Amino acid sequence: MGVLDSKVPQGPLAEKWVNHKNKINLVNPANKRNIDVIVVGTGLAGGSAAATLAELGYNVKTFCYQDSPRRAHSIAAQGGINAAKNYQGDGDSDYRLFYDTVKGGDYRSRESNVYRLAEVSGNIIDQCVAQGVPFAREYGGLLDNRSFGGVLVSRTFYAKGQTGQQLLLGCYSAMNRQINRGKIKSYTRHEMLDVVLVGGKARGIIARDLVTGEIERHSAHAVVIASGGYGNVFFLSTNAMGSNVTAAWKVHRKGAYFANPCFTQIHPTCIPVSGDHQSKLTLMSESLRNDGRIWVPKNLEDAKAIREGKLKPTDLAEEDRDYYLERRYPAFGNLVPRDVASRAAKERCDAGFGVNKTGEAVYLDFSAAFMRYGKEAVSTQKIENASEEKIRELGIAVVEAKYGNLFQMYEKIVDENPYKTPMKIYPAVHYTMGGLWVDYNLQTTVPGLYAAGEANFSDHGANRLGASALMQGLADGYFVLPYTMGDYLANDISTGPISTETEEFVEAERKIKEQLDSFMNSKGTKSVDYFHKRLGKIMWDKVGMSRNATKLKEAIQEIKALRAEFYKDVRVPGVAVGMNQELEKAGRVADFLELGELFAKDALHREESCGGHFREEFQTEEGEALRDDENFMYVAAWEYKGEPADAVLHKEELKYENIQVKTRSYK
Amino acid sequence: MNLTLKIWRQKDADTKGGIQTYQLGGVEPDMSFLEMLDVLNQELIDKGDEPVVFDHDCREGICGTCSLQINGEPHGPDRGITTCQLHMRVFKDGDTITIEPFRAKAFPVIKDLVVDRTSFERIQQAGGYISVNTSGNTQDANSIPIPKDQADAAFYAATCIGCGACVAACKNASAMLFTSAKVSQLSLLPQGEVEADRRVLAMVEQMDKEGFGNCTNTGACEIECPKGISLENIARMNRDYLKASVK
Repeated sequence: MGVLDSKVPQGPLAEKWVNHKNKINLVNPANKRNIDVIVVGTGLAGGSAAATLAELGYNVKTFCYQDSPRRAHSIAAQGGINAAKNYQGDGDSDYRLFYDTVKGGDYRSRESNVYRLAEVSGNIIDQCVAQGVPFAREYGGLLDNRSFGGVLVSRTFYAKGQTGQQLLLGCYSAMNRQINRGKIKSYTRHEMLDVVLVGGKARGIIARDLVTGEIERHSAHAVVIASGGYGNVFFLSTNAMGSNVTAAWKVHRKGAYFANPCFTQIHPTCIPVSGDHQSKLTLMSESLRNDGRIWVPKNLEDAKAIREGKLKPTDLAEEDRDYYLERRYPAFGNLVPRDVASRAAKERCDAGFGVNKTGEAVYLDFSAAFMRYGKEAVSTQKIENASEEKIRELGIAVVEAKYGNLFQMYEKIVDENPYKTPMKIYPAVHYTMGGLWVDYNLQTTVPGLYAAGEANFSDHGANRLGASALMQGLADGYFVLPYTMGDYLANDISTGPISTETEEFVEAERKIKEQLDSFMNSKGTKSVDYFHKRLGKIMWDKVGMSRNATKLKEAIQEIKALRAEFYKDVRVPGVAVGMNQELEKAGRVADFLELGELFAKDALHREESCGGHFREEFQTEEGEALRDDENFMYVAAWEYKGEPADAVLHKEELKYENIQVKTRSYK
Repeated sequence: MNLTLKIWRQKDADTKGGIQTYQLGGVEPDMSFLEMLDVLNQELIDKGDEPVVFDHDCREGICGTCSLQINGEPHGPDRGITTCQLHMRVFKDGDTITIEPFRAKAFPVIKDLVVDRTSFERIQQAGGYISVNTSGNTQDANSIPIPKDQADAAFYAATCIGCGACVAACKNASAMLFTSAKVSQLSLLPQGEVEADRRVLAMVEQMDKEGFGNCTNTGACEIECPKGISLENIARMNRDYLKASVK
């Protein structure tokens, strides 16, 4: 078992980043023109890194499988982005954001990285506003904030329910400026299929043009992986259909360690599954928990009657409702962190209190908010003797202004009006905290290979707080990589262009073509989706919200067997030339089938419950997660050794010098 | 539900395409339109045929990847949604549904229902940005108060997902709604005002180069736009363009 060097700079926590920046090497502007960088993925992390590196003068190539960089899945983030601006004067600070994030992550993240994230968070908002991102404002013209789960301040900046879209468009506009200058060459409808190592350093990638089917070689002095998370290993998740682990997994196979794969976020407020045809799940923003109250019926008979359609939720008296989050966690109520809220929903549904046909749904109810906002409106509009109906109507208008698009989205999918009856929600896979292991500089265990955003593991520990993913993506891309990569690239000023004619490139390309040919020549009988759905079912049933050793061991065996079956029996129609979406999916599912096994192995080895990782054997009497700091306060970084079963564990011990490690309580 | 699907099939950009008819049973009202196509594709693959290729990604109406001209309308018969948000409950058992790619000279077909919309990207690259570097010490975000109405107007223009429905809806295949939304989003804000003239001239020039048609104010784009982008943006852009041209 090796020990990992996280390269955290010396000195007090609050000075580490500034001191580090002052000491690292810089590349002079003339030399930057001779250095090439590849960025894979163009969401908030990749897009912001590409734009900033190009601004600095490097020659950047970006790759995305979408037809435009602006369609990366960051665009779907709804609720907001955190920053320790303290505009509300409610006691926020860099330290408090740092504290909340480390605590929210259940003490499984790296202190120094999280502090840096908090430190640059304010700059992100400044930068985005300067780019023209239209954040929500108050009547005074200043920026508005709201609150998210797991915190006691209002530090979330937002643009209705479309914050990710607005931030990504801002980021894309910064990219466009560089594309226009010729400093970024944007390759769209391209998928990275392997990384190429020359002399042990990342020096390029092999990509497939998804329109022509051609396999291309691209070289660079450094490569950034910003390809997002791997939630689609569950088949059903809130991720985009194309979101995949391939880029991250291929670099893992070439030597980059994969950290904490079992740390997955199951988001509590998603639209429940409606049938077998389901292709993906839709999130209802956490911001709704600011105003919505979550409940199930108090009595089993009522729950049954509701499931059978004999009783309507609006008919149930207040005293017959169980606002279970408010009951169990009075201090945070409906705004407990996501892992806690998800498990609580599962607990109630498993106990028989679920409220839809499948028994897997709870209510998210806005009726109290309609009345509360309505009363406020009556008061500001000086309306006398307003009827209850009028108050409700005014309140609905306020809620509509805040979350209108989310309510509309819900109604279109479910065919029920959430202004009239409570929403039905259930937890779904949403985000993966695990990812490529990186040091303080966001460099993986392969020199010259960096990972940013959801693709790395670094900042969220075992559970991510709401509105922190956008923050991390932009922090990595705008404010961290442009500095830390310069330090590495300073050694490459006289290297000159990297040839794509070397043996390493030829060999990498040959292997990729071999894999594609084997898919095309496989005379199987089952579609790629058939295998993906089966993998997803194993993952959800045995490696999902609640795990135990028996189920995990079964999952490992089942995934292994499924993988063998996949290679024997998968059918990829058509040809490898030109556009072939089934071929694209086959490659992605092949990688998910390996990752899934490592995921289960990691979950099995971690004999504790922490954050999103809940092991049934390790819980308190009240059913809360039971951490084992003595034995598991480390990052589990896995080294690839052929089969996932043979992966070797490396530990990065986590030290908390600036925060007292406590049992996480939201009671 | 049982449906008759008339779907445009085209091998690649250089091959002539045509409509093919498929019968599909077992469609449920709760399925999204794209899930219905997933079911069709599963059947085609099981039979050893090539599945229908179509663009899609987030399947929650925000990425703007999905397209499709359904019974002659971009994103189908429902309003204020993208194809991925269209649900089968708006159709009836026994219906015949015609599915074609978005049609425009500036959106050439790549395969089946997939079109090339990179012309939109080139319009944005021509000037759809504010020239500000990532220095980490731009001024504080609250140092320029922006009236709420103005910020909201910029936001509404910025909700455009760049799907191309406006072009597909327009009899002239004009990209005025898209371009004007992208121009307005920035020109409505004080940060974007500085470069407003340069931006509008460059973006309109690129739009014309891409081969989009002219705007004749029929307003079909606004009706079909899944995000309800307003025609006001076109009026604003025309004004800005004129102003910038005579300077």
